[in-house]
Amino acid sequence: MNDLQFRDPRLARLMAATLARQVKEMGRKVAVMHVCGSHEQAIAKYGLRSLFPKSLEVIMGPGCPVCVTDVPEVDEGVLIAAQGARIATFGDMLKVPGSVKSLADAQASGAKIDIVYSPRQAVDIARSTTEEVVLFATGFETTAVATAAVILDNPPPNFSVLSAHKYIPPVMEIVAEMPETRIEGFLAAGHAAAITGSAVFEPFVARHKVPVVIAGFEPNDIMAGLVELVELIRAGMPRVVNMFPRCVTREGNLRAQEQLWRVFRPQGGRWRGIAHVPNGNLRLRDEFAHVDARKRFPIDLTSLWDYAPPALAGQCICGDIMSGIRNPNDCRLFNRECVPENPVGACMVSNEGTCKIWHLYGGVPDLEASA
Amino acid sequence: MTAILLPFTSGRVTLKQGGGGRAMRALIERLFVRDFATMPFDGVGVDAMDDGAAIRIGDDWLVITTDSHVIHPIVFPGGDIGRLSISGTVNDLAMMGATHVLGLTCSIILEEGFSLETLEAIQRSMIAACREANAPVVTGDTKVMGRGEIDGLVINTCGIGLTRTLVRDNGLHTGDRIIVTGNIAEHGLAVMASRHGIEFEGDLVSDVAPMNGMIDSILADAALADAVTAMKDPTRGGVASALHEMASKSNVGIVLQEQTLPMTDAVRSVGELLGIDPLHVANEGKALLGVRADAAERILDRLRAHPLGRNAAVIGTCVDERRGSIILDTGFGRRLLAEPEGEPLPRIC
Amino acid sequence: MCLGVPGRVIEVHDSVAVVDFWGVRKEVRLDIVDEPVAPGDYILNHVGFAIRRIPSESIAETLALYEMLLAEGGDDLMSLDVRSEIEASS
Repeated sequence: MNDLQFRDPRLARLMAATLARQVKEMGRKVAVMHVCGSHEQAIAKYGLRSLFPKSLEVIMGPGCPVCVTDVPEVDEGVLIAAQGARIATFGDMLKVPGSVKSLADAQASGAKIDIVYSPRQAVDIARSTTEEVVLFATGFETTAVATAAVILDNPPPNFSVLSAHKYIPPVMEIVAEMPETRIEGFLAAGHAAAITGSAVFEPFVARHKVPVVIAGFEPNDIMAGLVELVELIRAGMPRVVNMFPRCVTREGNLRAQEQLWRVFRPQGGRWRGIAHVPNGNLRLRDEFAHVDARKRFPIDLTSLWDYAPPALAGQCICGDIMSGIRNPNDCRLFNRECVPENPVGACMVSNEGTCKIWHLYGGVPDLEASA
Repeated sequence: MTAILLPFTSGRVTLKQGGGGRAMRALIERLFVRDFATMPFDGVGVDAMDDGAAIRIGDDWLVITTDSHVIHPIVFPGGDIGRLSISGTVNDLAMMGATHVLGLTCSIILEEGFSLETLEAIQRSMIAACREANAPVVTGDTKVMGRGEIDGLVINTCGIGLTRTLVRDNGLHTGDRIIVTGNIAEHGLAVMASRHGIEFEGDLVSDVAPMNGMIDSILADAALADAVTAMKDPTRGGVASALHEMASKSNVGIVLQEQTLPMTDAVRSVGELLGIDPLHVANEGKALLGVRADAAERILDRLRAHPLGRNAAVIGTCVDERRGSIILDTGFGRRLLAEPEGEPLPRIC
Repeated sequence: MCLGVPGRVIEVHDSVAVVDFWGVRKEVRLDIVDEPVAPGDYILNHVGFAIRRIPSESIAETLALYEMLLAEGGDDLMSLDVRSEIEASS
């Protein structure tokens, strides 16, 4: 596939010039949010921030499913591991802290943790052993459909799933309704939208009167998405625009949606450092109790709290940082109890999290000054 | 429901502390450097945290280094633990200028039940690597531990060499160019891909090789040797970690031009599939050289004339700003390159 | 959030495809993708599953979107500078 133009830096600079002109003509600050860790990853990897005009603020929203996996969910994984089951999970989950331990800590104390690339690999591990194998499944709907597929494909009896999957559309409602929010438009996650379709955002746009642009992950996809988003804000046109037509259609992947909702049901729950999100968690339906690790293992979270009460998490202000209301220096945990080696909130867990970046570089690095 | 008591206690070493990044350095500094470095010693010692130590003997330097090797899988595309153990130690010596190896030691700890056939294959590849490096194993030791007491096989190698031109990892100056001697990230990604069932049609194999011959082609020429200001092999933690160490020890900043980094399509592709930045991935047959700008082209030509250095490239420049940091120019814009925190793992987001 | 990588299908066996990602081959599951997939097609891979068949004509569609954005204005000095650079090299 010819991906060269998607990554042509000259094209990116051209779009940056367009973006600068748009914002200049508006004559004020504009804040937009992306709700996708991979967007932040690409923005960071390619150094796109240095191309954004100063008065355009691109805020990283609650878009990293691993980072927002809540403390009790990690605790559940740690407790199941303590009972001798093998936990199969994605590499990103290893260091995410629970109330006492992360899975990496559990592994250091003898728990069996397998890092897998695909839910399929967890099933393969289960087939190769008589031990109980539990897929600690994290990720948004994009990843949840893969988990659903392995559950529907007759996994062996020693395989089960601890679902910490999250569903994106509800959390956008939360962010849009935050009272002090300055966000005027959203850049939606292209790969999640490949599953749900662009239509899923239409009621949101109607309700909140803010534009949503679906963008891909090549640097120029992101630049083009921002140009379109700022244009919609400037023109006062709240609508859904799909700038990622090579992967996203209006109705989405119907086969995947059918499998997703056959296996999972939405349920309210906390997202780490953000809020209680109604319908934000994906849990297994009762018909799949036989593969539900929560039904197969006794899990008593209070047994962990004898060691240390989950007090710190209550002081974390990740939610405000993600919505652009406050910055890490406003947090009393930042660089004290909360550091990359021992993170409390989502913004310190993620490599691209605001707190992590502030910690590593002493604030947002302004490289333009030295360019 | 029954309450489950956790058998875990806190205060344990984690895998992150062996990953070659910040956490590992902190552990080593706290545990070993502080106290070991208090004894009087003339030369480059443990507190330098260089690739090895150097002890002054008359006009020469005796360079000494030691390494323990564990890897999964033991045999990987392009090599095995045997080739890795010899190459790793020879390379550490070479990075300090000791390109002529006086001798190597080899200690092997085996798990009861380990396949003799595999052991013989590993031994054969050690011998082959020794011949390539012109480095004799002169003594060794073998221990066997009970099943489950050690995981398969651990090899420790130690190497000594003599050199008159000692090269450190802390000698960079503003204006120096950074050269990498070939395509990056091949070892780490080949090993990781084989762990994660990615089958290749292309050429993703480990670059594991002894580099003393290639380095000697530079250092044996006094005019070129004089222009080399620093060397380091970007093993665990990759180019990112090695450059951070060189920049911070030398008190310079480094601007890295991402588009000049030599890299195969296969590496780029596996990196994207597994969500791993090739700059954070281990190399076992590549060196980073800091060289004076006026000699950069001549050194590059000499490296490219060697089979292991065919893809050598100038990738960066030392600057007098952001000391201790690496500024990555991506072609789109500039950003700071973070130091990896532990072994990179496949991620989903 | 979700790491997705496009690749080209080499072979299809029931619900598994062998996919080429720029010289690296990997098996990808077809349990989720909603259209029949044949050798030569491009798919979007996420955690070892194809989540979308990418129609080849849609690549051109994206590039046309870029063009449209850039055509809406863009006669300032900076854009002209880059435009002439692009033209000179193509």
